Amino acid sequence: MALDPRGAALALHRFGFGPRAGTIAAIASDPRGALIAELDAPNAGQISDAGLLSSGAANRMAFEFNAERLAKQRLEKKREEVAKQEAARLAAENPAMQNSDTEKNAAMENGGMEKPAEPKPPAPAPEPETPMLQNFFREAQAHYRAAITAEIGFVERLVWFWSNHFCVNAVSTVMAGAYEREAIRPHVLGKFADLVLAADGHPAMLIYLDNASSMGPNSVAGINRDRGLNENLGREILELHTLGVRAGYTQDDVTSFAKVITGWTIYATNTNPDRGGEFLFHPRLHEPGPQTVLGKAYRDTGVEQGRAVLVDLARHPATALHVATKLARHFVADEPPPELIEMLRKTFVETDGDLWQISKALVAAPEAWVPEQKKLKRPSEWIMSCARAAGFGDDARRIAAATTRLGEPLWRPPAPKGFPDDEGAWIDGIAHRLDTANAIAQSPNYADRIDPKEMLETGLGPLASAETRNAVTRAETKQQAIALLLMAPEFQRR
Amino acid sequence: MPAMLHESTRRELLLGSGALFAWAFAPRIARAEGRDPRFLTIVLRGALDGLAAVAPVGDPDWVKLRGDNALKLDGATPALLLGDFFALNPAMPNVHRLYQAGQAIIVHAVATPYRERSHFDGQDVLESGLAWPGRVDTGWLNRTLTKLEPDDRVRTSANGRRTFAVGPITPLVVRGPAPVLSWVPPRLPPVSDDTTMRLLDLYRHTDPTLARVLEDRIGLAALVPSTPSDRKSGETGPVVQIGNINQVRAYFAEAAGAAAKFLANPDGPRVGALALDGWDTHINEGVVNGRLSQLLGALDAALGAIETNMGAAWSETVVTLITEFGRTARINGNEGTDHGTATVALLLGGALKGGRVVADWPGLKESDLYEKRDLKATIDLRAVLKGLLKDHLHVEDRVLAADIFPGSEDVKPIEGLVA
Repeated sequence: MALDPRGAALALHRFGFGPRAGTIAAIASDPRGALIAELDAPNAGQISDAGLLSSGAANRMAFEFNAERLAKQRLEKKREEVAKQEAARLAAENPAMQNSDTEKNAAMENGGMEKPAEPKPPAPAPEPETPMLQNFFREAQAHYRAAITAEIGFVERLVWFWSNHFCVNAVSTVMAGAYEREAIRPHVLGKFADLVLAADGHPAMLIYLDNASSMGPNSVAGINRDRGLNENLGREILELHTLGVRAGYTQDDVTSFAKVITGWTIYATNTNPDRGGEFLFHPRLHEPGPQTVLGKAYRDTGVEQGRAVLVDLARHPATALHVATKLARHFVADEPPPELIEMLRKTFVETDGDLWQISKALVAAPEAWVPEQKKLKRPSEWIMSCARAAGFGDDARRIAAATTRLGEPLWRPPAPKGFPDDEGAWIDGIAHRLDTANAIAQSPNYADRIDPKEMLETGLGPLASAETRNAVTRAETKQQAIALLLMAPEFQRR
Repeated sequence: MPAMLHESTRRELLLGSGALFAWAFAPRIARAEGRDPRFLTIVLRGALDGLAAVAPVGDPDWVKLRGDNALKLDGATPALLLGDFFALNPAMPNVHRLYQAGQAIIVHAVATPYRERSHFDGQDVLESGLAWPGRVDTGWLNRTLTKLEPDDRVRTSANGRRTFAVGPITPLVVRGPAPVLSWVPPRLPPVSDDTTMRLLDLYRHTDPTLARVLEDRIGLAALVPSTPSDRKSGETGPVVQIGNINQVRAYFAEAAGAAAKFLANPDGPRVGALALDGWDTHINEGVVNGRLSQLLGALDAALGAIETNMGAAWSETVVTLITEFGRTARINGNEGTDHGTATVALLLGGALKGGRVVADWPGLKESDLYEKRDLKATIDLRAVLKGLLKDHLHVEDRVLAADIFPGSEDVKPIEGLVA
C-alpha cells in the first residue's frame, strides 16, 4: 500500500491529540485503518488503575475528611473559649498580675540586658492539599496520561467529547474524575442509550444538576417536607444531552419528565458508611402515577419509568440530528459539510445509536478528510498536542494549571452545556497561547536538547506549510523555533 | 507553565539568594600565583551584525556598502572612534569607556569554523567547540572546567566544581560533565517582540483570522501598561509585548548583573555563561536609532552592571561576547541583514591587555566578501577563545586542542590578550 504521511498527520491532528515522535510514520501505511484499529482495540477507552477511588468511595472519603475537620475546628473553638474564661477568672481574682510582666521587662532593659527578640509570627504554613484535591489530581493524571500516551488518541478524543457533552462540575462534586471513568468511558463505543442512562443516572450528575434533592410534589417525602420538584436535570437532559434546544418539547414535557426521574438520588453519606454517595432510587421521593412525555404515556414503574423515557429520548430523531451535528462540528469544522451531518445522522438512526458504528462512519466519510484544517483546537486539546510533540510528561498539576490559565479548567465547565466548541469562544486566547508556548519553550534544559527541525517533522510533517517551515528553521533560537511551531496555524487547528 | 520539564540531572536551580556558596572553585595554577580569575561568556543568540556594532569607518568601501545604514563619524549620532579605522556603535558608551581604559578588545572579521547559515547549527558549533554541528551535549566552557587540575580544596568540597549559568535555559557552552549551577532571574524574558512579529508574519501569510486576532492584541498591548507591577494578578490581559525594550533592558541588566554578583563572590563559581536573545535583524535593523541600537544599548547597560557588580574582582575578569555568525555585508530589501559569516567578538574586563582592535581586515569589495555577500572570516574564533583560556585560566595547549576545541591543532591560540 502506498504510504500516506499527509493523511497520517491529518488523522493524528483531526481525530487524535496530534503526533508523537514516530506516529506519523507508524500509521502512514493506512491512516484510516489505524483509527479503526484504535476503536477495535480491547478495552478501548478504559482506564484500569486500582489506585483510583470509585465515585462512591471518593464521596465517602470527602465526607469523612470534612466531618473530622469540622470536629477539630469545633474542639479548637471550645478550648479557646475555656481558656478565655479561665484567663478572665484569674484576672478578676488577681488584678496585680497584669502589670507584673511589664515591670519585669523594664527591669531587664534597665539592667542593660538584651531584650529578647520579638518572636516572629510563624509564617502561615501553606494550606496542605486536601485529600479531595489529591484525588482530583490523581484522576487528572490518569486522564491526561491516556491522551498523551495513546498512539493516535481517537478514542480519547471521543471520551473528551462525550465527557464534555455530559459534563459535570468538579466544584460541586468530588466525583468528577470517577464519573468520567464510570459513566463515560465504558460507553463511548457502545449504544448512545446506554451512555445516556449511565451519565444521567450517575450520582455526580444527580448532584451537579440537583436531581438528588428533587421530590415529587405528591411523593411521600414531598408531602411530608413540603418540598417539590427540581426541573434542572430534566430540562438539561432534553435540551443538552438528547433532543437539543428548541427541538419541539414543551414546558409540560420538562415538568413531566422531571417528575419521572424524582427519586433518582444517592445514599446519604452521613448515615451510610458503606454505600453513601452511590446511586439510590428512593420510592419515597418518587412522584407517583403515570406521566406523559413528548406525547407518550409512561406507567409508574418506579426507576424503570425514568429509564424508559431516557431510552426513548436517546432514540429520538431529534437526538440523532443533535448528536450528528455536534460530532461533525467537533472533529471537522464549526460549519461542517451538511452531507457529513446527514450521513452521521442516518448512521445513528440505522444503528440505533451505535457509537462504534458512528465513529467508524466518521472515519470513512470523505468529508471528514478535507485537507483544510479549519477547526481551532480547544486549549486543552492544544496543550495535549504540545505535550505529545514536545515529548514532555503528564504532570497533572502543571497541565491543569496551564489549561486553567487558557480558560479551560479540567472538569469545571462554565455551565451544563460544557465548554464551547467553536472558534469564536477561544480565538481571543491566542495571545495567551503564545505565552504558554513561550513558557514551554523556555522550560529549563529543554530547548537545547531538541532539534526544532526534527520536532517540525514529528509534530507536523507533511502538514507544515512552506511558511511555517521557514519560520521554524529560520528562528533565531531553538526556543523561538519551538514557540513558533506550537503556534503555527496547522498546529493550532485540525 | 514556565517549567513543565523538570529534569535536573546535572543542574541545580537557585531560586533564592541565601547560602548559595558553601563550596569553592578556582583553578589551581592561577591560585598558586595569587590570582583568582573570573571568566564569563555571553552568547548573543540570533547572529549579531558585527559591522553594525563595530564599523570599519576607515574602509573606503564602507559607506558605499551600507549607505544610509552605515555608522559614520559625523552626523547627528556619530559613531565612537576606536583607533583610526574602526568605530563603535554610539549606543555603547560603556564599552567605549572600557576600551579607552584599556579594558576592552574588539576582535573583528572573526567566525567559528561553521560556514552554513542555520542559527541552531551555528550555535551548536559556537558553544560545543566542535567544528561541526550535531548531537552534542557538552560545551567548551564546561569541558574546560573538567580539564583544569583539581586542587585539594576542590576535591574536598562537598559541591565539587561547577559551572554557572544564568537564565531559564542553560546554554550549551556550560553544559557537560561538570555540574552546572544555575540561577533563574525572577523575571523571565517575556515573549519577545521578535517572536511575536515573526508569528504575526506567519499568520499574515497563512491564517488571516489568527493574524487579525494577534494584531488586535498587539494593538491593545500598546495601550496597557506592560510592567508587571501595574498588572494585577488574575487580571490576565494580553501579554503580547510590543515596544518592550524596557523589559528587555531590565532582563539583560538583571541577568548579567546577577551573574557578576555570583562570580564576584569569593566563594562563588569562577566561570559562567548566559545567553541574550534578539539579534536576528532581518527587517528594519535600526543600526543607529532603531531596534539594533536599542538592543546594543541594553547590552551596554548590562555590561556596565557586570563591571559594577564585579567590584574588585573586575580586575581579574574576562567577559567574552560571542555570536553564532555575522550577517550579510549589504542591507537586504527590508532594511535588514540576512545570515552571514564573520562578525565581531567583544572582550571586556580588567584582566585584559585592552584598548585595541584585533583584526586582519579582509576588505569590503565584492571580491573580498565571502561568497560575494558576507564579511570574510580572517580570524578563527577558537584562536581567540583558546588564547583567553590559555592565558587567563592556564589551560594547556594540548588540552585546548584535544578536549576543549577538538581538532583545532592548527588553530594557534592568540596570546597576549590577557595582561
